[in-house]
Amino acid sequence: MSANTVTQRHYAIDFMKWRGIAVVASLALSVIAIGSLGIRGLNFAVDFTGGTVIEAGYQHPADLKAIRSELEAVGFSNPIVQNFGTTKDVLIRLAPIKQGENGMELRAQVMEALNKNLEDRPDIKRVEFVGPQVGDDLVEGSLIALLASTIFILIYVAWRFEYRFALGAILATLHDITMIVGLFSVFQLDFDLTVLAAVLTIMGYSLNDTIVVFDRVRENFRKIRRADTLDIINQSINETLSRTLMTSFLTFLTAMAMAIWGGEVLRNFGIALVIGIFVGTYSSIYVATALAYKLGVSRSDLLVPEKEGADDGRP
Amino acid sequence: MRNHFPLWKNTLISLILLLAVIYALPNFFGEDPSVQLSPLRGALLDQNLVATAEKALTAASLKPKAVELSDKRLLIRFEDTDAQLKASDTLGATFQDRYTVALNLAPATPDWLRRIGAGPMYLGLDLRGGVHFMMQVDMEAAIKQAEERYAEDIRSLLRDSKIHYGSVDRNNHVIQIKFQDSNTLGQAESTLKREVRGLVFDEEGLTLNGRMSDTEAREIRRLAVAQNVTTLRNRVNELGVAEPVIQQQGEDRIVVQLPGVQDTARAKEILGATATLEFRMVDTDHPTPTDETKTPIGSKLYKDRQGKPVLLQRKIIVTGDQIIDASSGLEQQSGSAAVFITLNGPGARKMADTTKENINKPMAVVYIENKNETKEIGGKKVTTKRTVEEVINIATIRDRFSKRFQISGLDGTDEARNLSLLLRSGALAAPVDIVEERTVGPSLGKENIAQGVRSFEIGFLLVALVVLFYYKVFGIVANITLLFNVALILAILSAMQATLTLPGIAGITLTVGMAVDANVLIYERIKEEIRNGASPQGAIYAGFDRAFATIWDSHVTNLIAAIMLFGIGSGPVKGFAVTLTIGIITSLFTAVSCTRMMVNFLYGQKRAAKLWI
Repeated sequence: MSANTVTQRHYAIDFMKWRGIAVVASLALSVIAIGSLGIRGLNFAVDFTGGTVIEAGYQHPADLKAIRSELEAVGFSNPIVQNFGTTKDVLIRLAPIKQGENGMELRAQVMEALNKNLEDRPDIKRVEFVGPQVGDDLVEGSLIALLASTIFILIYVAWRFEYRFALGAILATLHDITMIVGLFSVFQLDFDLTVLAAVLTIMGYSLNDTIVVFDRVRENFRKIRRADTLDIINQSINETLSRTLMTSFLTFLTAMAMAIWGGEVLRNFGIALVIGIFVGTYSSIYVATALAYKLGVSRSDLLVPEKEGADDGRP
Repeated sequence: MRNHFPLWKNTLISLILLLAVIYALPNFFGEDPSVQLSPLRGALLDQNLVATAEKALTAASLKPKAVELSDKRLLIRFEDTDAQLKASDTLGATFQDRYTVALNLAPATPDWLRRIGAGPMYLGLDLRGGVHFMMQVDMEAAIKQAEERYAEDIRSLLRDSKIHYGSVDRNNHVIQIKFQDSNTLGQAESTLKREVRGLVFDEEGLTLNGRMSDTEAREIRRLAVAQNVTTLRNRVNELGVAEPVIQQQGEDRIVVQLPGVQDTARAKEILGATATLEFRMVDTDHPTPTDETKTPIGSKLYKDRQGKPVLLQRKIIVTGDQIIDASSGLEQQSGSAAVFITLNGPGARKMADTTKENINKPMAVVYIENKNETKEIGGKKVTTKRTVEEVINIATIRDRFSKRFQISGLDGTDEARNLSLLLRSGALAAPVDIVEERTVGPSLGKENIAQGVRSFEIGFLLVALVVLFYYKVFGIVANITLLFNVALILAILSAMQATLTLPGIAGITLTVGMAVDANVLIYERIKEEIRNGASPQGAIYAGFDRAFATIWDSHVTNLIAAIMLFGIGSGPVKGFAVTLTIGIITSLFTAVSCTRMMVNFLYGQKRAAKLWI
């Protein structure tokens, strides 16, 4: 094992010096994210809201106005009709049907409106109809999944480390989620099931980097007897920096590939992952450790589990 | 210090990797356009069928690539879709009504792979095109129907036992029976408690309240779904879909997936058909005529499930809506499979009268399906009603029937179960509503595959390049490990007969990015050990050893999140959750054991080699 001297600083970058700025920046961004969620809300996809989405391909550039008025004529209020990719491809969104209305009939009406009065018959590429109850169930299931993940991760980290670390880790994770969801709200990107899947994945993933840092903080606390807590944290971050950046960068590459080349279905999924990986890397350096510090993590807290072996080989 | 795995460990790891590659292979052979024949109503699958089919194809000058007979279907493969479509028309005309003829894309897995049980993954609807319906069974209606049946049952029971009652009403899940005096109430209570199972009775003044017991309510809900699943399965068979999926999801929902089906309107019509039942006497006074024009007056010609003609009397004894219950079980005396039927009051009286006069004569059960069919004629949509009638059972009357009677002499418990479900579905199907529908066109499916695969390839390539550049020889090791990891994921998914969806592909792509993290953790630790002055061998040893705890932690947290994804429970996310979960687990194996094996092989024996890392 290397012999670390205590008196001199053993790291290149003083991360903790900037923690004040980081806290302000994180807070400001969180306020923007939450504010946007409150004011603009999320652009929930049909998965959650219920409703109908139809993707149709026409032979010629489609007359959006005509389609809209056809649909209104059949009785749909405020149908959203927009181009999708090219001018020939059209995406139609209809509000969720009311309880008791029959989904089958509704679909038939739409198809009739699209087929009958337009010379150019569209090729229906995709139809999604989600009943309002299915959407509600999904929202419920998603919230439960988010909550359960948070709780389980909290328990795991608290068991592996110490409750202050666990709190730091979970706040960092919630910070990451707020950023992803906030960005989706600010730019009004479609929030569908795959994006939710990305959010949950990021919960697990962003914790990895945090754990790598925490592991090292603990190891250094035990190894270096007289150093100041801030120095220990700084040194730990520096030592783990290359692996934190490398792992995030490699995962970022695959997420980016999906965001750019994955097509419509995977685009927002990839975007959510990319945001999550960036924010997650930042938060494991600043949010998690700064919080653990603020909450008063000190050597004495970590001396208890020493009976497992002071040098238990954790990086 | 030397880094060395014992022989058994190396052998075991190599063996696992070899199996992974072999079982992942079938996914790369593509598919043959083919036509599949599945028997309807007990038609046979044998060499005769093969010969007839081949003859028909030869007559149409079509050459199949292969003809495969299995116990469920006859599969005929063709070189191209052109031949496939022509063959489908030819065979459809030849085997009308007796076999469903469906277009299929059969995996072109080579024989030697098939012999060891290797096969490709199924492609989800988002990748191959098709329709997905989610239907919700109206449980409230099912319960209401059951309560109404009970109320009717109670009325006729009290009438038959000559017990005077004021009224029988259904009110907020309670069946209230009012009486004039407490004496009759007591009498009624003992009769009802003896005769009406499934209800719990309690007194309230001069009113007797009947509530459905929890077990009974649960049973009704369970049956409502089971019965709808059976009915849907029967109808889907008719659609000629190669690999339909019909399964219960959650407590009250049914998912129907029809790959390749584009005409959703027709699919819905067939799925939404209603069915009824009729009990009729068999006309034994006349010989069964060969065609309908020679049917005697007062009789009607039907066909049974094998297509054999049966002559029945026109007079209907009882219809399906008079059936209260039908269940399968074993007959007490002989122990053979039987179906137990319960009729309501008016039905029971009619049945009793008819059977009394017709002992030792055969009686038939006719199953009738009403369907709406919409066809386009000259640009206009014309909806026609079509009725399919079929004799599902003929049994000899042994005795005068009462309210409850049984049909015995069935072929086995399976037949009994099917018949009881058919009887129920003709009688009291709980209504279903389509609550979710997703249709994906075939062109979009192809596009989805292309984009999913492309993003995977690009993602993999980028990761491989960066790793190679950054970790040199160890980078090569990491990349080979990654390839094996992907093979292992594919092999496990294939062995599980999992369905691959676009989010599933995304899960594999993301796993590549995450799996390589384990290698990064190990390599960075090795680098650090070298910086701290460790020997190459020592650095390798310590790197693997000390990185393990972190790798373990990161896998556990990733796994927690991935498993939570299952909780959302919806189709697309599930596909992602499955591949991600498998990927996380396999990467733990490959990163630790597979990487270590290769590093040992490269550097394990050398004393003072410089590590190319």
